[in-house]
Amino acid sequence: MTDDKDVLRDVWFGRIPTCFTLYQDEITEREAEPYYLLLPRVSYLTLVTDKVKKHFQKVMRQEDISEIWFEYEGTPLKWHYPIGLLFDLLASSSALPWNITVHFKSFPEKDLLHCPSKDAIEAHFMSCMKEADALKHKSQVINEMQKKDHKQLWMGLQNDRFDQFWAINRKLMEYPAEENGFRYIPFRIYQTTTERPFIQKLFRPVAADGQLHTLGDLLKEVCPSAVDPEDRVSLCRSGWSAVVRSWLTATSTSEFK
Amino acid sequence: MPNSVLWAVDLFGRVYTLSTAGQYWELCKDSQLEFKRVSATTQCCWGIACDNQVYVYVCASDVPIRRREEAYENQRWNPVGGFCEKLLLSDRWAWSDVSGLQHRPLDGVALPSPHWEWESDWYVDENFGGEPTEKGGWTYAIDFPATYTRDKKWNSCVRRRKWIRYRRYKSRDIWAKIPSKDDPKELPDPFNDLSVGGWEITEEPVGRLSVWAVSLQGKVWYREDVSHSNPEGSSWSLLDTPGEVVQISCGPHDLLWATLWEGQALVREGINRSNPKGSSWSVVEPPGSENGVMHVSVGVNVVWAVTKDQKVWGIGCEDRTVYFRQGVTPSELSGKTWKAIVVARECDRSHSGSSSSLLSAGCFFGDEVRGSGESAPSDTDASSEVERPGPGQPLPAEPLDDSKYPTGSSASGPGAGRTAEDTTEDACPAEGSRAAGPDTHPGPAPTPAELPWTNIDLKEPKKVPSHSAAGFPETTSLSSLGLLPLGLEEPYGVDDHPLWAWVSGGGCVVEACAMPRWFTVQAGLSPSVQTLSLSITPAQTAAWRKQIFQQLTERTKRELENFRHYEQAVEQSVWVKTGALQWWCDWKPHKWVDVRVALEQFTGHDGARDSILFIYYVVHEEKKYAHIFLNEVVALVPVLNETKHSFALYTPERTRQRWPVRLAAATEQDMNDWLALLSLSCCESRKVQGRPSPQAIWSITCKGDIFVSEPSPDLEAHEHPLPCDQMFWRQIGGHLRMVEANSQGVVWGIGYDHTAWVYTGGYGGGCFQGLASSTSNIYTQSDVKCVHIYENQRWNPVTGYTSRGLPTDRYMWSDASGLQECTKAGTKPPSLQWAWVSDWFVDFSVPGGTDQEGWQYASDFPASYHGSKTMKDFVRRRCWARKCKLVTSGPWLEVPPITLRDVSIIPESPDAERSGHSIALWAISDKGDVLCRLGVSALNPAGSSWLHVGTDQPFASISIGACYQVWAVARDGSAFYRGSVYPSQPAGDCWYHIPSPPRQRLKQVSVGQTSVYALDENGNLWYRQGITPSYPQGSSWEHVSNNVCRVSVGPLDQVWVIANKVQGSHSLSRGTVCHRTGVQPHEPKGHGWDYGIGGGWDHISVRANATRAPRSSSQEQEPSAPPEAHGPVCC
Repeated sequence: MTDDKDVLRDVWFGRIPTCFTLYQDEITEREAEPYYLLLPRVSYLTLVTDKVKKHFQKVMRQEDISEIWFEYEGTPLKWHYPIGLLFDLLASSSALPWNITVHFKSFPEKDLLHCPSKDAIEAHFMSCMKEADALKHKSQVINEMQKKDHKQLWMGLQNDRFDQFWAINRKLMEYPAEENGFRYIPFRIYQTTTERPFIQKLFRPVAADGQLHTLGDLLKEVCPSAVDPEDRVSLCRSGWSAVVRSWLTATSTSEFK
Repeated sequence: MPNSVLWAVDLFGRVYTLSTAGQYWELCKDSQLEFKRVSATTQCCWGIACDNQVYVYVCASDVPIRRREEAYENQRWNPVGGFCEKLLLSDRWAWSDVSGLQHRPLDGVALPSPHWEWESDWYVDENFGGEPTEKGGWTYAIDFPATYTRDKKWNSCVRRRKWIRYRRYKSRDIWAKIPSKDDPKELPDPFNDLSVGGWEITEEPVGRLSVWAVSLQGKVWYREDVSHSNPEGSSWSLLDTPGEVVQISCGPHDLLWATLWEGQALVREGINRSNPKGSSWSVVEPPGSENGVMHVSVGVNVVWAVTKDQKVWGIGCEDRTVYFRQGVTPSELSGKTWKAIVVARECDRSHSGSSSSLLSAGCFFGDEVRGSGESAPSDTDASSEVERPGPGQPLPAEPLDDSKYPTGSSASGPGAGRTAEDTTEDACPAEGSRAAGPDTHPGPAPTPAELPWTNIDLKEPKKVPSHSAAGFPETTSLSSLGLLPLGLEEPYGVDDHPLWAWVSGGGCVVEACAMPRWFTVQAGLSPSVQTLSLSITPAQTAAWRKQIFQQLTERTKRELENFRHYEQAVEQSVWVKTGALQWWCDWKPHKWVDVRVALEQFTGHDGARDSILFIYYVVHEEKKYAHIFLNEVVALVPVLNETKHSFALYTPERTRQRWPVRLAAATEQDMNDWLALLSLSCCESRKVQGRPSPQAIWSITCKGDIFVSEPSPDLEAHEHPLPCDQMFWRQIGGHLRMVEANSQGVVWGIGYDHTAWVYTGGYGGGCFQGLASSTSNIYTQSDVKCVHIYENQRWNPVTGYTSRGLPTDRYMWSDASGLQECTKAGTKPPSLQWAWVSDWFVDFSVPGGTDQEGWQYASDFPASYHGSKTMKDFVRRRCWARKCKLVTSGPWLEVPPITLRDVSIIPESPDAERSGHSIALWAISDKGDVLCRLGVSALNPAGSSWLHVGTDQPFASISIGACYQVWAVARDGSAFYRGSVYPSQPAGDCWYHIPSPPRQRLKQVSVGQTSVYALDENGNLWYRQGITPSYPQGSSWEHVSNNVCRVSVGPLDQVWVIANKVQGSHSLSRGTVCHRTGVQPHEPKGHGWDYGIGGGWDHISVRANATRAPRSSSQEQEPSAPPEAHGPVCC
């Protein structure tokens, strides 16, 4: 029998084969070889690309190096989006590996946030977790946690330790047995063709008549255009680690990318 | 929590029941009669019908109610004809009762009423004190009355034998009429009120019920001898009363209140175990002089009354302050309840067309609350009140509203051994605030047309859902609660608003943690609640989860297949969890020392993950550390006690030493985190996950924790079997006393409270949450057990028995051994998981018997105790018990309603499965009935129903072997073999009595493929010799070992036991798992023991393990000596 755990593991260990190439206009001392890496879908670009940075810095002069940023087919990649989201949103129909161009110059200030250090990623990640828990439990669970639990969540992500992460995260995913689910489902819907970066609304797992909502219901309500198969939709839950729960019926999973 | 039902009568006298699991009132199966009053217990319901006759409705069950009739045939030897029926003139009757004083011919024994039928004809009982007698069942003596023996001697002048015949109560699920009055001198005086209670006064086997009735003339009657096995009772007896009684109410315990015409209340005093009728009345004046009490209703220790001005009063039976503190809340709650009922009504109206009536009763319950006694008539609508049918209403002053109030046991203060006297003294009528506040309209009571409650309802229906819905969970902490039954039934007759006339919650047991879904319906959610359970089935969820998983797997394949040689972005690293724990240090003096611990998880070269647990400690100011490789750990056992949250880690070496690593955490949460993490790491390094295999070996510790081990193929190998200290045990959530399994994955368990549970296929639960637990198949499980302490007294010539002992004596309040002081106030539940759910009560069911007050006498401490005082007795003791309860979760579902003492599943039956027969499962009920479960299969492990197998005495243990050999042990210690059990004849045909080993009383039996092992009360293990296919009973018992407390024989005839006094390097341990070595087809007894995990194990079942060892290639090798060839140590 398949268990939730199997699903969680597969989501966690999702990997995207990526080929990093240095932007052609970057000034190098010798030719820069492309760099190949398996990126964890659930992590952030700037968190897992130390090796890439090191690799390209070797062939560059120190004075030409400023903050690293990534771009795919002309689109700057937002580091604060999970990697899997970026891929599904921009490149899921292209051939693998995913070709990402690495830049060290001309930081696109209007498109990207700066990422001065890992602390910025941690702060962003924790704020996502807190936002999600605010929706799920009125922040009760995350606020009751100790500092070291928060740290363990972050370290679990950073070290790609499933057990370490889930030992804490399970508390965030529980709800009292007498309730049928979270207060609200934390989710964001990202679309490629929109002026809004994402759609986010309050949505309860249980309808007023007691019926459990499906993912289909959610899409119909917050994003009717998604039901039209022409439009590509990528659904990513804020606090991305949360995996679809049982209120989503089998019929609606086809819409889950 | 078995389902129980609430009984109610509507205005037309129709009786309905509402199950705690249901959402609809069901019309009583026997709906011929119309009733005006009902009073229910869990087993039966008494009622007064509109013909003014009393009826009892006994609920159907798979276990029949049967009573044994006995008669003795007496004969005297004379030189001419040998033994014959010619007796001397001074002798007893040729056919007599046991004493010989009463003439009792077989054909003179009649059925007591038309509700009984004979089960069979008379037959001779050939069992004499656990020993089979010679053919004919005669026992011999020198003369009447004398001691009888089985053997005929030269001086045996008389003989007798016992004839027995069973009668069976047949009127189940129908209203059986109780003969009105036995005494023809009594005037025909119809009954007006009736109340059943008192079931807490006596426990099984006495199991008496108190049935009280009030006649129209105001007299009070008590029905004698009503019990589970005699549902009708024998006769009515009249009690004198100081005035004319109008109404009566009897609580589940010793409370009995009645109301007088004049408005006072009567309290019965002196009700106890030996005197269920009580001894005298005392009068309680009503709260106000003008407003007499009209109606009373009592619970365990609370009384509610309605006075003539429509006020509801509560009287706490404890001391007043306690009552006052709590009193306000129940009354507020009752206010809410009434409101809730209003909603029910609104809601009901909006529903239409449903053929069955809809519920609408408000109930409040606290922890472990029983709906007791009886409750009240309720009227919700004045207009329909007028239409109330007349015949059932002989009293003009019909009480209008009231409630019955069970109480939470938490209300009772510790150490309050209440008696009826206490009750009345303390029961100064204290005013609970008016129940429904502004809703209460004082009005003249006796006029039925003016019903104050009618006007409440429609006022603020809007507010109510939130009130009522929110109210229930909050009340759970309250001790004293009420049940406010009122409501409506779905209109489907001529009358638009049929109303309830009477409700009884006596048989209705509801727990705070499992509220029936009665109230949700009222909150306007009823359709959703129903669809919720229907919309997504577990099967759909499983299919859906599988689909997701497949899609993810496909994605992984698509995205990773050609790129596996790519470098990982994040290198796998060591993860360390650290924390502060306490450690029971290895050196002497042993004590808890503070330590730092660190768990390091790392990934090995082969990709497998492993972990090491480091314990950093300081000894003599020197820093040191100990470490444990988690892949060596064989068991992680939580050890909860009153103060510490600790757990034990066993490795094979530590198992041999009987000295685990013990660690304690500061909080329960902390301990659970560590346990879950360590357990996950252990399982991962051993690649054990998911549900246990069907072959798994199950065991249970003395704390009720459940462990399971996957048998390796070489566990039962003839040569070099796996040492059983290397078996890895992992915990499964739940709490059980015993567990039995078979190789098709059918697993049953029995709790300490004798509830039967069936395994659902999940894993985890309990303290294993999150990743360590399966998503589905985990349910709430509860268990109840008793804690016992002893009150000890010594006799002195001046004052008799007192609690002043000699200086050398034991504590006057102690444990069973007398070594530990245990006072009522100081004794705590066994661990923090347990909570008290009752007050202390005297336990009369101790071995050796007691006197009427529960005392056992002896010449001195410690000694053997007996139930009556003799000249030589200078000390006495009595046992006090208190119930405590634990709530946990695990992969177990209850198999209601019959509670069990033992269960056995056929180890292997592939043939039966193929031929469409169900898996054979036998059980012994709590009362000692032998039961055979029908419809058990791998897909439906719970089966469908019980088939009762008649026996001449209560049984204690049962086991079915792989070839359908059923062996059982009766409570008198004798063994029985059941003949002719086949797949097509699952219950067999008759019992064969097998004599016990000499001077031993057997207590357990276990049957494997062919081997039969039995265990006696002194811990001896016996093997049955001489069993052949043609003579399955065998010939004799052969002693195998001592110090054994549980045996399990598996389908390979492997023998595993739980043994005591097993030597380890640190200590003797009790409760050790042992494996019999050298068991071979030609040597079924084996020749030694191999010791496994121990120190507190209570139960093991290896009956699912049919995994044969692969054929060894080295057949020519001499069998090597078994690891340990000596038996458990004698003491």
